[in-house]
Amino acid sequence: MTTHNQAWSLADRLLQSRLLIGSALYPSPDIMRQAIQASGSQVVTVSIRRQNPGDKSGQAFWKIIQSLGCHILPNTAGCRNAKEAITTAQMAREIFGTNWIKLEVIGDDYTLQPDPFDLVKAAQALIEDGFEVFPYASDDLVLCQRLVDVGCRIVMPWASPIGSGKGIMNPYNMELIRKRLDKTTLIVDAGIGKPSHAAQALEMGFDGVLLNSAVALADDPVKMAIAFKYAIDAGRLGFEAGTMPQRELASASTPTLGTPFWHQG
Amino acid sequence: MILLINDKPNETNAANLAGLVAELNIEGAFALALNENFIPKNQYAETPITENDRIEIVAPMQGG
Repeated sequence: MTTHNQAWSLADRLLQSRLLIGSALYPSPDIMRQAIQASGSQVVTVSIRRQNPGDKSGQAFWKIIQSLGCHILPNTAGCRNAKEAITTAQMAREIFGTNWIKLEVIGDDYTLQPDPFDLVKAAQALIEDGFEVFPYASDDLVLCQRLVDVGCRIVMPWASPIGSGKGIMNPYNMELIRKRLDKTTLIVDAGIGKPSHAAQALEMGFDGVLLNSAVALADDPVKMAIAFKYAIDAGRLGFEAGTMPQRELASASTPTLGTPFWHQG
Repeated sequence: MILLINDKPNETNAANLAGLVAELNIEGAFALALNENFIPKNQYAETPITENDRIEIVAPMQGG
């Protein structure tokens, strides 16, 4: 019996880990490296930013990421419309040498909620241009369905707003998305704060979790990375094992037959 | 001629993107957009630049 880490397919890759991890906000580049390694993740998200000639900090970061041997998932963080996101994705594809793109099109500054209209528009254009699009979406079933309709094989609904650490705000929506999009690879992206949140997502049947702040902003990022690794394995095993049905009333687990001092009233 | 490179005015004598990259001595992993359109590296030599063009030069960065 295989108890954990069964291989699964993410787009065109076969992976063991169901954790996708970010590379931002760590206390230092070395702690970032240690945390990513400790997490067991095989997919790391990265970004692109303006570089002034002469500034080599981005190159140093990129060398560390390359040394980890993980699959690279560039993002379009900060983009506010389809045009910006498409151009950013094209630049990322050339820099990182991958057609994978975590598509972010932000519609609101306070919640960092995606703009659903430009998200779908950009996803369609990028798929036609040969990208494997990982769209960052809210927990809206119709938005997730529209992304599938334009060709996304993977959809990434949020648990809660980016960096909030609140966990799954609306389990009803998330369970509905999982149930209705049963052929789609679904990754919970954003809002995960602690290992139990990730375990909950996997127990619901989500295929994986993408997180960054929960590890990078922990007091001990390396230890937290290990905690997430176990939580995600536990959640997935729980899903595969099949959870018991809930009941409204108590039901004794210890057999009542032969209970001492028992007598018929 | 004056270009806007990463939103800052920059004087250049280059006639095309290949000349500009050489002039700025850009190295390592990077990509360019000209007036908000991505230009692949194999098109730099044949992509002319003109006064007030807006150039974005980007490099790898941490991201979530």
